Amino acid sequence: MSAVVFARHQITPAERLRDAGWVAFVALILGIPLIGLTTVDAGGSLEVSTRFGLLAACVVAAFGGRLGLRWMIDTMGARKLERQRADTGKSVGISPVKVVNVIGWIALGASIALPIMYSDNRYVVDTATTVLIYVMLGWGLNVVVGLAGLLDLGYVAFYAVGAYSYALLSTQYGWGFWEALPVSGGLAATFGILLGYPILRLRGDYLAIVTLGFGEIIRIILVNWTEFSNGPNGISSIPRPTLFGLEFSRSAAEGEQTFSTFFGIDYSPMHRLIFLYYLILVLALLTHAFVSRLRKLPIGRAWEALREDEIACQAMGMNTTNIKLSAFAIGAMLGGFAGMFFAARQGFISPESFTFTESAIILAIVVLGGMGSQMGVVLAATLLVLIPEFGRNFSEYRMLLFGAAMVLIMVWKPSGLLSHREPTLRLSRGGARNQDALEEAAQ
Amino acid sequence: MAYALQQLINGLTLGSMYGLIAIGYTMVYGIIGMINFAHGDIFMVSAFIAVTAFTLLAAADVTSVPLALTFVLIVSIFFTSAYGWAVERIAYRPLRGSTRLAPLISAIGMSIFLQNAVQLTQGARVKPIPPVIQGGLEVWSTPEFTVQIGWSQLLIIAVTVVMMVGFTWLITQTPFGRQQRSCEQDRTMASLLGINVDRTISFTFMLGASLAAVAGVMVTVYYGVIDFYIGFLAGIKAFTAAVLGGIGSLPGAMLGGLLIGLIESFWSAYLWAEYKDVATFAILVLVLMLRPSGLLGRPEVEKV
Amino acid sequence: MSTLLSVCELTMRFGGLTAIDQLSLEVPAGKITGIIGPNGAGKTTLFNCLTGFYKPTTGTLRLNHPTRGELRLESLSSHRVARDAQVVRTFQNIRLFPKMTVLENLIVAQHNVLQRASKFSIAGIFALPVYRKAEGEAMARAETWLRRLKLERLADHAAGDLPYGIQRRIEIARALCVNPVLLCLDEPAAGLNPRESAELNELLLYLCGEMGIAILLIEHDMSVVMNVSDHICVINYGRKIAEGSPEKVQNDPQVIKAYLGEDDEDDADDASGGIAA
Repeated sequence: MSAVVFARHQITPAERLRDAGWVAFVALILGIPLIGLTTVDAGGSLEVSTRFGLLAACVVAAFGGRLGLRWMIDTMGARKLERQRADTGKSVGISPVKVVNVIGWIALGASIALPIMYSDNRYVVDTATTVLIYVMLGWGLNVVVGLAGLLDLGYVAFYAVGAYSYALLSTQYGWGFWEALPVSGGLAATFGILLGYPILRLRGDYLAIVTLGFGEIIRIILVNWTEFSNGPNGISSIPRPTLFGLEFSRSAAEGEQTFSTFFGIDYSPMHRLIFLYYLILVLALLTHAFVSRLRKLPIGRAWEALREDEIACQAMGMNTTNIKLSAFAIGAMLGGFAGMFFAARQGFISPESFTFTESAIILAIVVLGGMGSQMGVVLAATLLVLIPEFGRNFSEYRMLLFGAAMVLIMVWKPSGLLSHREPTLRLSRGGARNQDALEEAAQ
Repeated sequence: MAYALQQLINGLTLGSMYGLIAIGYTMVYGIIGMINFAHGDIFMVSAFIAVTAFTLLAAADVTSVPLALTFVLIVSIFFTSAYGWAVERIAYRPLRGSTRLAPLISAIGMSIFLQNAVQLTQGARVKPIPPVIQGGLEVWSTPEFTVQIGWSQLLIIAVTVVMMVGFTWLITQTPFGRQQRSCEQDRTMASLLGINVDRTISFTFMLGASLAAVAGVMVTVYYGVIDFYIGFLAGIKAFTAAVLGGIGSLPGAMLGGLLIGLIESFWSAYLWAEYKDVATFAILVLVLMLRPSGLLGRPEVEKV
Repeated sequence: MSTLLSVCELTMRFGGLTAIDQLSLEVPAGKITGIIGPNGAGKTTLFNCLTGFYKPTTGTLRLNHPTRGELRLESLSSHRVARDAQVVRTFQNIRLFPKMTVLENLIVAQHNVLQRASKFSIAGIFALPVYRKAEGEAMARAETWLRRLKLERLADHAAGDLPYGIQRRIEIARALCVNPVLLCLDEPAAGLNPRESAELNELLLYLCGEMGIAILLIEHDMSVVMNVSDHICVINYGRKIAEGSPEKVQNDPQVIKAYLGEDDEDDADDASGGIAA
């Protein structure tokens, strides 16, 4: 034990400096072409301009940052070691499941209370709505990637199908939000099956690249098939959802009533935002209930089994084709619902909103959250939407921060933020004896 | 006929560049089994480095084209391979041995980061450079159409051939190549036999980045304009090329690249140019359905 | 003695390699049939052909199913072999669902019954009585086998975290939950210690004697094969070289040649003794 302590103090200040110096050197090399030099437009032709001051600052920052980071990692490591040593007996902690459950209830309470507390803050309600859209998308993709283990890089295609089907149904055929809801979901699910069927035999990364291709194909078609989708200009004035026929506008169409006149309150544009917020909250919660319930059913267990070992599934008599298709279809349907809500909320959609980056963000939410973890999705979606928002004041850095955060979180926690898996059913209610049983078995 | 020949030449030029980038994907996939999603953006960085270097040379009044090209290639390869190394060291090495998805996500993060870093430091507008190589060779002239090979096209094809020959030599004949191939087959065993696996992987990334750098310089020379977004589509197409050829196979990557280039130029010429990316992906799907291991990939026998 | 499965002139080629060559074999109902042979003799390939993972190059595999009549296994895909023909296998290199608990592994094995009862998951989502009843039955079946294989105290552990010998037992329990008429075990004793393999013997005899399940057993551990098999078939280079009762096979000159002639007997003994130690 003392050897461990000794080894830990082996890192001398000189070594730390050398380490940081090396990092600074790498930063210098990497910085020269991008930070140190840049080309600027000087009357039709390019001219090189230098920013060596900025480069020097970056190198110094890399040096200092590395020193600090190294020091932090070492002290944290030492503390962890300390704690482990103190913790020789069995730890009598609270189970992580309970903590997550409690946090889940708190989050639910907070999300219900949020628009009441911020009823005059348009920005907060809007951002929270965005978070919830991503939560819903994350839960939908979680079925495909987290549970069934099928790597889908083109999930945004189904989001687009949902959005466009509502946009077209409402603007061309005058459908309302609620009538269009099942149709959009159904269309997205059909697309899921149509796209899923030919590629079921593919495994892992091949599947990833083909789904990515499908996502791009759908986007390219939306851009180019102008008669159908109005091309890059998109579709505008998509009707907003109503609350049992009550519209959220200043004045209602003929024969209709607005929300404010019905309840006899003053019109406020916030009403609609808050209504949209609660609508997506309800949709998301229904999604959650649906997916959580499916997970405990044969189909959900089959998805997880498929993720674990496809060959064993076949040996157990499971039709893996149908299982994969059902995962694709249900994931697509949920994505379609989210897309439909997106179209209704924005009132305007264009192919811009359905790029690969969007797919990447949704996938990142699932993986960062911890594959298959429903609460993890909430946490990751909140983080990934809020991180760029914090950088809003210097908005050009938003996506830079986003990319860096993705890398750092993954390096920090490769199995995701919440990676604990709760069994779908148990034999014993207690489970306290399990430890003894394992020890007995190990003998 | 003449028109078709022209498309063939254009397709081969485009395909050479895809092939060079595809090799980077295929090598990385071969050795650590992951899609290096940031590879397309490494290629994009190299194009920016090339633009800066060309502009510097223009400011220094260098007029000799061979001299300029050599200088730009060396500079670009040097800095780009540094980027390749750093990406692996920061985003992938800490994740070795974790789930298959973790490095993919950090790769996507890296790709977003690089794209935005370049956009921020170099500007979001397109970068035009004055043409480096002009003119070409009239190959065949009919009354309706004149087939022309641009000098830059010849250069690209020639450089690609040279790179391929050199690269094949490196992989098949040198100690590094042996180490690389052994790590590809069994990393644990390779490390037990005293091969520095980390260093081999780093070197693989640097090699892949170098080839991407060559492609980046060529793209700059050929098109004369670049922007921070070129990495995404080129990366996807090159990855498609790698899969089409059979991922893990180096000749496959080159073949896949050429095929994608040809498909793209013929499709644009004879069918609908706006759907050329759809064609690429559709053919990828077809190939994978009919021959899941790609054209030159070894078929995976499922071990039950 | 009725024949459950008859393998007729089965041939399996991989490119130029002939893994199984004109192999014919009868598996009687309700008995244990052992399949032995040196490494690479084609035993696992035979299992893969039987269970639909490989399509045989030529030959027929006729299963005389007790309720469904004659089924041709070579024309069924792998999941239908398990679902319709009820021929269930285990794997040489254990294939559990590692992150799922032992109980979940056993419930997943009953997927088809449960999925039917869940009526496209609709009955399942609303927990209708028809689904609840099916789930209760599935739990009861899983619990029975867990108890029988002394696994009930480990039921809620992730299967992948358990010791090797236990994982082998879980795999057998999981296969039993599919309700097999023919159980194909691929080296079930590999990696077991002597006590565990004695328990395995007892289990196999129980399955065959009490439950009437026919067993096809690939095994290198002679203490298992010779003690439990009613009938043994020896394969080498994809061909059957001997067949008969354990005593007969043990004294067959061809078999002795196949093992001793190639210095493989030591290997076989080492394999069982070595891992068990």
